[in-house]
Amino acid sequence: MTTESRTAKGAGRTRRDVLKAGAAGVAGTAALSAGFPSIARAADTVRIGYVSPKTGPLAAFAEADEFNVSSVLDAVGGKVQSGGKSLDVEIIVKDSQSNPNRAAEVASELILSDEVHLLCAANTPETTNPVADQAEINEVPCVTTLCPWQPYFFGRGGDPATGFQWTYHYFWGLEDVIAVFLNLWGKLETNKVVGGLFPNDGDGNAWGHPELGFPKPLAGAGYTLIDPGRYQNLSDDFSAQISEFKDAGAEIVTGVVLPPDFTTFWTQAAQQGFRPKAATVGKALLFPVSVEALGDAGHNLSSEIWWSPSHPFTSSITGQSCGELAAAFTAATGKQWSQPVGYGHSLLEVALDVVSRAEDIGDTEAMLASIVATDIATVAGPVSWGAGPVKNVAKMPLVGGQWRRTPEGPFAYDLTITSNETAPNIPTNAGMEAIA
Amino acid sequence: MEWLDAIIQGILLGGLYALFATGLSLIFGVMRLVNIAHGDLIVLAAFLGLAMVNGTGVHPLLSLIVTVPVMAAIGYALQRGILNLTLGRDILPPLLVTFGLSIIIQNVLLEVFSADTQRLKAGALETASIAIGDQIAIGWFPLIVFLAALGVIAGLQLMLFRTRLGMAFRATSDDHRTAGLMGIDNRHVFALAMALALGVVALAGTFMAIRTNFSPAIGPARLLYAFEAVIIGGLGSLWGTLAGGVILGVAQAIGAKFHPGGQILAGHVAFLIVLVLRPNGLFPRTRDR
Repeated sequence: MTTESRTAKGAGRTRRDVLKAGAAGVAGTAALSAGFPSIARAADTVRIGYVSPKTGPLAAFAEADEFNVSSVLDAVGGKVQSGGKSLDVEIIVKDSQSNPNRAAEVASELILSDEVHLLCAANTPETTNPVADQAEINEVPCVTTLCPWQPYFFGRGGDPATGFQWTYHYFWGLEDVIAVFLNLWGKLETNKVVGGLFPNDGDGNAWGHPELGFPKPLAGAGYTLIDPGRYQNLSDDFSAQISEFKDAGAEIVTGVVLPPDFTTFWTQAAQQGFRPKAATVGKALLFPVSVEALGDAGHNLSSEIWWSPSHPFTSSITGQSCGELAAAFTAATGKQWSQPVGYGHSLLEVALDVVSRAEDIGDTEAMLASIVATDIATVAGPVSWGAGPVKNVAKMPLVGGQWRRTPEGPFAYDLTITSNETAPNIPTNAGMEAIA
Repeated sequence: MEWLDAIIQGILLGGLYALFATGLSLIFGVMRLVNIAHGDLIVLAAFLGLAMVNGTGVHPLLSLIVTVPVMAAIGYALQRGILNLTLGRDILPPLLVTFGLSIIIQNVLLEVFSADTQRLKAGALETASIAIGDQIAIGWFPLIVFLAALGVIAGLQLMLFRTRLGMAFRATSDDHRTAGLMGIDNRHVFALAMALALGVVALAGTFMAIRTNFSPAIGPARLLYAFEAVIIGGLGSLWGTLAGGVILGVAQAIGAKFHPGGQILAGHVAFLIVLVLRPNGLFPRTRDR
């Protein structure tokens, strides 16, 4: 069940083009690389590989991919200027099936049989890490996003002193989430007792890590963290955690929870009469549909925000503001905007920018030099490597906010930015409110 | 008191597991078919309920009036059209076919309903509870699920031992060749068993969808608990399946009291202990010859 789609606007080759290219190529190169599929390809096409979880449990992240790829290709007319030539753009999207092994497999297919000039991947460590690892081994330039930088960098065994050679990443990190959450809670009157829900997975272990995760900074800011311990994902019962939080008098709940688990927890908490003043969790509240699934109980739940329609950035390709991009996504798909829409678009911005500045797209060193020199204002914010915490990571702005019911529509909930101390250039929409 | 609370919550959760498992237990009992697509059929039923609720605006529990017969019809057609052809001496073909079915259902659901996580909203019923003292609260919804499991199993048990259809089921289960000689049409009986099983699946799917979020890929995770409940209870025994579900639920709740990481592990350990001590489960009714 491989899902593969090739999108190449303006790259539709007619029989005549192929004959012409063939005639020109026969004399010069046929003898050199006879039998390789690349011989049939026009030399003036740049191929960008894109790995994303289009099916499986992570598929919600990839919902904006199709929209982003087609709207970006439309906007540039399927062409990009590079090295004084006009190149056809071919974006080859491959499905990771939400499986790291499959992600590695399709990444190596993209490298070895599609011979892409640039490899891109997005959406969670399960996608970015195996793809980046394949790129590193095969010495192919690679740009990834939408995965906190610690799981990306340390999860791949990165050494901060040397870093990686071929693979670059932009997103925010754990330290940003912690700062945002503390800012959100600082706006409320609470007893500073926090219940933590950390699952036994990559994210949960990182967030709950005694040294690198939440415990230390929270203690430093005067909060008491009640951490009952790592639970397994897709648990059907949270009464043990709820009674421990109740006993400790927790007024805040935090964690990094899968959407179905948070629904189970939040429903049981209501049944058991546990009603904290704030619930600020990662992952579960990312998508509007999972907040809608909570019915009325989703009001004023809070989470980190990395992209929203009110972010003050514009696309370098379409010139759209964040609000316009979100509206275009809704118009095209009928769905409410979600945060991956902006980052998916920005990844293509970075990719096309890298291609356009490269001296020779066929030369991997030149492509790499072009990535390193990136300095572009994208719809997700400015991206440039060099000032990051490690060589291969560029940090992006992060703020925090709450889901509020929107009775006047068009969707049941909207995400409201209520804390911007970490990125003051992103305006807040309203003040922080306690859960009633 | 806290321990009592954990045990009560565990028992109620066991009701849901028993509902997951009943259909599996029934079809295994009657035709020795292991249905790998069972979890995905639960999710399919949940999506049918969702389509009903979104289309007509009825309460999710009312949507059962439609989803139960529809799933039963799907079950009959599925057994008659596909699964009957795979039954035989070899146990491998039905396993492979239902495994393929599982993948097909997941991908069709993904194509039709997208990867969005969904939920059936039951309004105030979701969070309503009865307080017993200040330590214990019993949610109305988990209680309804448990009572429904009791009702379904009692009903099926009555059907199996008090009706001609039940007699046909038991006869086919004991020896389908001789049953055939007595004029029982095995293909029809198998299809009816699958129809009944999927009727229960519709109930389980709807309850699961009210309890928490679901998405097309979540089926296999539900299959595991269903299998464990069936094995703990003993193959082919419906009351045993209920006991299996409750043991699983209580083991998880008690495990979580010790450490949240032990929750799911405790369920699996309880399953293993039963398997070691009583390889045929606690109350086995069918024995393979």
